Amino acid sequence: MNDELRNENESMQGLYDNLSKISLFKKIKFLSKLNFAKAKANIIFKIKNLKKDTRIAERAWRIVELSRNEKRPKTTDYIKNIFDDFIELSGDRLSSDDKAITTGLGKINGRTVAIIGHNKGKDIKERIEYNFGMPNPSGYRKSQRIMELADKFNFPVITFIDTPGANPAIEAEDSGQASAIAKSIELMFKLKVPTIVVLIGEGGSGGALALAIGNYIMMLENSTYSVISPEGCAAILWKDQSATKQAAAMLKLTAKDMLNLNVIDKIIHEPKGGAQNDPERMIKILKDNLIIVLSKFDGLNGEDLKIQRSNKFESLGFFEK
Amino acid sequence: MADFECEKCKKIIDLDIFLKNFKVCPNCNYHYSLNSEERIKLIADEGSFNEIAANIKSIDFLNFTDSKPYKERIIESQKKSGISEAIITGYAKTGGFNIALGVMDFNFMGGSMGSVVGERIKLLADLSIEKKVPLILICSSGGARMQEGIVSLMQMAKTVSAINKVKENKILYISVITNPTTGGVSASFATIADIIIAEPQALFCFAGPRVVKQTIKKELPSDFGLSERNLRNGQIDLIVNRKDLKEKIINILKLFLN
Repeated sequence: MNDELRNENESMQGLYDNLSKISLFKKIKFLSKLNFAKAKANIIFKIKNLKKDTRIAERAWRIVELSRNEKRPKTTDYIKNIFDDFIELSGDRLSSDDKAITTGLGKINGRTVAIIGHNKGKDIKERIEYNFGMPNPSGYRKSQRIMELADKFNFPVITFIDTPGANPAIEAEDSGQASAIAKSIELMFKLKVPTIVVLIGEGGSGGALALAIGNYIMMLENSTYSVISPEGCAAILWKDQSATKQAAAMLKLTAKDMLNLNVIDKIIHEPKGGAQNDPERMIKILKDNLIIVLSKFDGLNGEDLKIQRSNKFESLGFFEK
Repeated sequence: MADFECEKCKKIIDLDIFLKNFKVCPNCNYHYSLNSEERIKLIADEGSFNEIAANIKSIDFLNFTDSKPYKERIIESQKKSGISEAIITGYAKTGGFNIALGVMDFNFMGGSMGSVVGERIKLLADLSIEKKVPLILICSSGGARMQEGIVSLMQMAKTVSAINKVKENKILYISVITNPTTGGVSASFATIADIIIAEPQALFCFAGPRVVKQTIKKELPSDFGLSERNLRNGQIDLIVNRKDLKEKIINILKLFLN
């Protein structure tokens, strides 16, 4: 009840109503001696804050929309234009091949690397084929197979993250979605090769994290990373779909937020207005960055890579001691 | 004594019998949830539990406010549950065996995993390595704690990393799935155990029934995500009735520790 009252009184409309009430009161003779200045200042202060909150929410939401923009370069674009001699590898060797994740081997700057990335697809046909980038357990198991292959032959692993989340479906649950994700995370902590993670679009929850245990994590300027979608968060915590933009701001899901929270190592700037405006340039920028980052890990031994990775993730968290 | 109606089978149950039966319905075997104190009593030898990491408490580092500020939610949860966070961790004995024991409590913000749950599990895993004792985690959680944003997601990675070291040290790790264990907890430390035990009819899935139902726009099978279905699908090792849980854990420890 208290919450409702507060929300009602402190909506923009409510505040403006209060403000006009004050000017009305001032005109009433027997009230005119009262000092309304403090109350007025208080309301104006609240209006300013609310305007600021709204601006922040709009800004966060604009990035959410950009991160989901269909015209943004996708995993397949980066693979095609960054790596030489790329060969796609398929299948989890158990039961199926999940198209929501593409895996394979290729060369960058003369060096063989393993590449794993979520696939969202560019048109409706592709999107359906790729299940909108929502992997099934099979996709994570395929990824694990490729990571093990990379580990064996000492190929660095590069992952591209772009998913609304793991596929929420009965069959996915029945075939072990939870354990497939957990196993992927665990395996990435065991790898003795460098793991480089790039968030290129939507970093949706556990389905993203499963491929995102990086020695080095980069995020495109307009990509997002979040524990839950703003829509899902608004539905659960606010029980109100209209709070979606507010949730987007509260969740702190932008690349800047990630850098502030020590979750990523670097923001990669996008062409003006977003990657979709100049995909070619975006790909070039990312390629240059990947080459630089890969060289950073040259000469580090496998044990050191493992320790660096686990120290990095085990230090994440804010609490009182 | 006092009677009440079982919410599952609707039979009238004698409260005394129910409590003696570890809060399990004597008619339909539905396992009601236990709080962390009851859980510790159930698993640990009497008086053997020594809590660690109790000083680690949540802070509202994102200034997160939904219908209520996170700060208030933390204080309310502490009052309501009588405990400091969604997991209680410590050093204990069961059947005389030394163990590192962590017990989640659904009464504290739905057992959600934030920085404190992550840090306490990490410290417990470290303890298990230091003392070379098996790690046992009793899971009960709705998933990641949204009020901590991305940092709550990172606790999945943090806990897996810490427990991976336990496993690499060849120390046994057992997880016990209790109703409900979903989301970020199910897709991290709960499922990487050497042995996964579940209580009967416990919900254990990544995407919860509501989300799946909304997405596929179809009715779900009545046993969606439940222990019995998970056992059939190869997702867990065994289902154990609560009254046998301690004995079964001791049985497993005997096999591993001689």
